[in-house]
Amino acid sequence: MAVVEAIEVLAPGPLTTIQDWGRFGYGQYGVPPSGALDTFSLRAANLLVGNPENEACLEITMFGIRIKALRDVAIAVTGGDLRPFCNDKPFGMWTSSILKEGDILSFRGVKCGCRSYLALGGGFSLPEVLGSRSTNLSSGFGGLGGRALKRGDILSAHSPRLHLKTEGRSLPQVLIPSYSSKWHLRVILGPQDDQFTEEGRTTFLNSPYQVSSQSDRTGIRLAGPSVERRPEVQESIISEGVNPGAIQVPGDGQPIIILVEIVTGGYRKIATVISADLPLLGQIKPGDTVSFEEISLHDAYDALRHFEERILTFKEAISVHP
Amino acid sequence: MLYEKFGYRIMGDRSVLVELGDEISPEVNRRVREFSVSLMKNPIEGLIDIVPAYRSFLIIYDPLKLDLVIIKNRMEDLQKKIGGIEIPEPKTLEIPVVYGGEYGPDIEWIAQYHNIRVEEVIQLHTGTTYQVYMIGFMPGFPYMGELPEGLATPRRETPRTVIPQGSVAIAQRQTGIYPVESPGGWQILGRTPLKLFNPLRSPPTLLEMGDVVQFFSIGEEEFKRWQ
Repeated sequence: MAVVEAIEVLAPGPLTTIQDWGRFGYGQYGVPPSGALDTFSLRAANLLVGNPENEACLEITMFGIRIKALRDVAIAVTGGDLRPFCNDKPFGMWTSSILKEGDILSFRGVKCGCRSYLALGGGFSLPEVLGSRSTNLSSGFGGLGGRALKRGDILSAHSPRLHLKTEGRSLPQVLIPSYSSKWHLRVILGPQDDQFTEEGRTTFLNSPYQVSSQSDRTGIRLAGPSVERRPEVQESIISEGVNPGAIQVPGDGQPIIILVEIVTGGYRKIATVISADLPLLGQIKPGDTVSFEEISLHDAYDALRHFEERILTFKEAISVHP
Repeated sequence: MLYEKFGYRIMGDRSVLVELGDEISPEVNRRVREFSVSLMKNPIEGLIDIVPAYRSFLIIYDPLKLDLVIIKNRMEDLQKKIGGIEIPEPKTLEIPVVYGGEYGPDIEWIAQYHNIRVEEVIQLHTGTTYQVYMIGFMPGFPYMGELPEGLATPRRETPRTVIPQGSVAIAQRQTGIYPVESPGGWQILGRTPLKLFNPLRSPPTLLEMGDVVQFFSIGEEEFKRWQ
């Protein structure tokens, strides 16, 4: 396959990184999954431009990035609406479009959501490290040199010309998520819900929480009514493995939704966000409000199956009409 | 105490904590290693990752391919075979450390806290062998114990925003090493020139769960030669 230069970064914005579906199987070494926070948008973007759905994309945070096409390429932008423009015209999302050589794509700021995903037809040509192309910023590996993108970076793709024919492929309207600034997340109680008081659990499930500006890819920090733990238990627990979506409550009673850059933790978790709602976590931004609803494990699996069936329907549709 | 029966705690719809005991102890941790290593050697379809820790391990799985009943059955099977399962012997490593000075900015404070001399802090830290209980917090960070009672020290009240790569630190009855520059709240005794994490190596970490570690003191000149 021919690897050719495809995109130049003119301005990186506050945080743009290379992320794929994540890095799994290295938990025993303390290596977190990393990867796209909103995996639905990652998968959709890749499918639109004819990539495998776990291919690496750009994860663009909030605003500010500008890129230039170095040749004709097919791209798709999904996820949060950061008001993408091609040259001076608004650029459509959730669809495969062609950037002509010399075109400049910019993102002017948040309309809704928090992160956009940009897939490049042919995928970014970067080595896998520990089985993934995702960027681990804190330990400095994966992605492009283990760091966020910066001005002057050139990204290459595998045979992007072969993907130009995906132009116009769009995600059906019913599959496109709508993002508000008030989030309703479904959770399963546990693993340590029994170590909070009855009142603490009620507070957690019935209060809106505001998203703090201290949030990042490690966790979404929330501020609101304090979640009370049982008086006989200590502030912290003996450290244990954690998984994205688990909601830990430190001594101050303010919940933190664990995201993808950590694999162990020493605080008790009152509840865990269900798999079908995990992609939403990538679109929650500082200042938004979050509330939680308890559901059963059975309902969580139904929700996940429903979610996957919708993606499968789209995959089947594009394999019939590629 | 080692539990007679596993404790299961579900962490959402795609992971479950398996608890083997209720304390930080070599015995409980050895059992965690036995089970997690044998599960990794004979993975079940749909298993995504395993995160072993002090007294538990987290099983992360694809819920469309695997469910709790199958996981519990597998665990019961493993329990019947335990003792008969062959797992690799842990490594023994000696780790060079330059103590004090700019490399160990908290060593004086630690000495004063325990009302002993800096040399005694070093003697206590190098005079003990430690077991690697788990790797966590960040890639390659080993949680090791037990520190001698006379060196048990609380975390810093205000965590540092920058701790240099290789810093050897203590907190309560644990000692650890920061694999890359990072923020952190542990008290810093010194620094090792060894590289704790290299994602291009297999395995990617210098230390693994179960390894036995002893520190030895080196001078600044020697530290620079190691690098």
